[in-house]
Amino acid sequence: MSRDSHDPPSEARRRFVLGTGALGASLGAIDALGAPKDVPGNAVAPEATHRVRFRLNGEPRELVLDPRVTLLDALRERLHMTGTKKGCDRGQCGACTVLVDGRRVNSCLTLAVTLEGRDVTTIEGLSRGGLHPAQAAFLERDAFQCGYCTPGQIMSCVALVDEYRHGMPSYVSRDVRPGAGIALSDEEIRERMSGNICRCGAYVNIVAAVRDVAGGGKASS
Amino acid sequence: MRSFEYTSARSIDEALAGIGPDAKFLAGGTNLVDLMKGDVEKPARLVDINGLPLADIAATPAGGVRIGAMVRNSDCASHPLIRERYPLLSQALLAGASPQLRNMASTGGNLMQRTRCYYFYDTAFDRCNKRVPGSGCAALEGYNRIHAILGASSQCVATHPSDMAVALAALDAMIELLGRGGTRRIPATQFHRLPGDTPQLDTNIEPDELIVAVELPPNGFAQRSHYLKVRDRASYAFALVSVAAALEMDGNTVRTARIALGGVAHKPWRAMEAESALVGRRLDATAIERAADASVAGAKPLHDNAFKVALAKRSVARALEVAGGAA
Repeated sequence: MSRDSHDPPSEARRRFVLGTGALGASLGAIDALGAPKDVPGNAVAPEATHRVRFRLNGEPRELVLDPRVTLLDALRERLHMTGTKKGCDRGQCGACTVLVDGRRVNSCLTLAVTLEGRDVTTIEGLSRGGLHPAQAAFLERDAFQCGYCTPGQIMSCVALVDEYRHGMPSYVSRDVRPGAGIALSDEEIRERMSGNICRCGAYVNIVAAVRDVAGGGKASS
Repeated sequence: MRSFEYTSARSIDEALAGIGPDAKFLAGGTNLVDLMKGDVEKPARLVDINGLPLADIAATPAGGVRIGAMVRNSDCASHPLIRERYPLLSQALLAGASPQLRNMASTGGNLMQRTRCYYFYDTAFDRCNKRVPGSGCAALEGYNRIHAILGASSQCVATHPSDMAVALAALDAMIELLGRGGTRRIPATQFHRLPGDTPQLDTNIEPDELIVAVELPPNGFAQRSHYLKVRDRASYAFALVSVAAALEMDGNTVRTARIALGGVAHKPWRAMEAESALVGRRLDATAIERAADASVAGAKPLHDNAFKVALAKRSVARALEVAGGAA
């Protein structure tokens, strides 16, 4: 996965996709948010007026941005980190899930200028020195079909395990009161992964992959 | 998205100084940024309040809990004080949105979120009194399956989308507001408005005011409460109907009851008649049925949402049964 985002071949593949048919046309319009020269007639050209410094996968980054630019667009269009995917772009699908200060958020609804001093982790940041256990589990369990939602699913899986280990309850937890104990059942996993939609319907294997990563332990409280 | 000026407030004073008629506070942004993308909200300036020192949850001397306006929904739901004293609020928060959105959304922002009426959300529709006052209500004659059955007007039939606010209404929460004129506190039940002739106003907050905290009074509901949310899919969807139910019992007899409904009105709908119908009675099938009937008294369903009346009654009954330990 790290190879996908850094090597020239994947950039070339992406340009090929962008130039292909109706899909290319719609993604091209989205691209315009980060590239003024491609803005169609009635859109206001972005004004790069705000400086923001944050860490991306451990590396310091500095950008000068129009305040309208979302973290998602900043990642994909400015920093060329295309592992984070744009699905609905409206906070309804979870394809754009990244971690900010270790917590999962929708990067499509996060304005990049609000991230001064924060720590952002994307799918590219998980895989240094070999696959992250969540990536390995998704491969092992064949937890995808087309793969478009997969980076978001994996980022959510990583956060879910962390949240569960910290004792966070969910809506399906029988008793949310401290000390009640929560077993990470498949029902719990489905509820906790519900912010990530998979159009191919690979949910059964996604649940299995998350179960593998979480190890079926019991939360502390 | 339209162009806007962005400022980040370093203090509450700076935030209040930066607000004005064309400005909006930016907290989690989960609703505001979305509405700006859709050209429904068009602020000229955003005042970022994410850095304000309003992110604490603390016990109050009175035995309640004070929740800072910038406490994230996920942090509120999983905080030991909330889970121990107000599990109803934890449940309601966890019923809303997704884990990602709950990590972003704030307590104050949750109260300020706007309706999910499709005619409000989609500028392709000309008529929406909430979006363009005086333009009419497309939902009234349109597809109104998700709309209000209680407290609506001929100007607007939208519902409030929050789950958290339904629990706050049931728990007698107070909302603390700070404006240039000072601090004031209003009950959660009076924070949101019915649409009447001014559906463009969702709440009673003044344009120059900032929500700084939500305060919960002490109560005896922690052992017997339940938040039930009924929706079109099992998770990550807005409520068709939701119910926050809380009880204090003397043996089998109800001493105090709280019932609030979501998804049925322009504001969280506190069903006080239903509460009264339970007090002093055994929590049996008859009493529950009477309370369920009372909770939808005066309901006026629209063309596509008559099902909500029966659904609300059954949901109230179910929530009371679970809260009371009978289911």
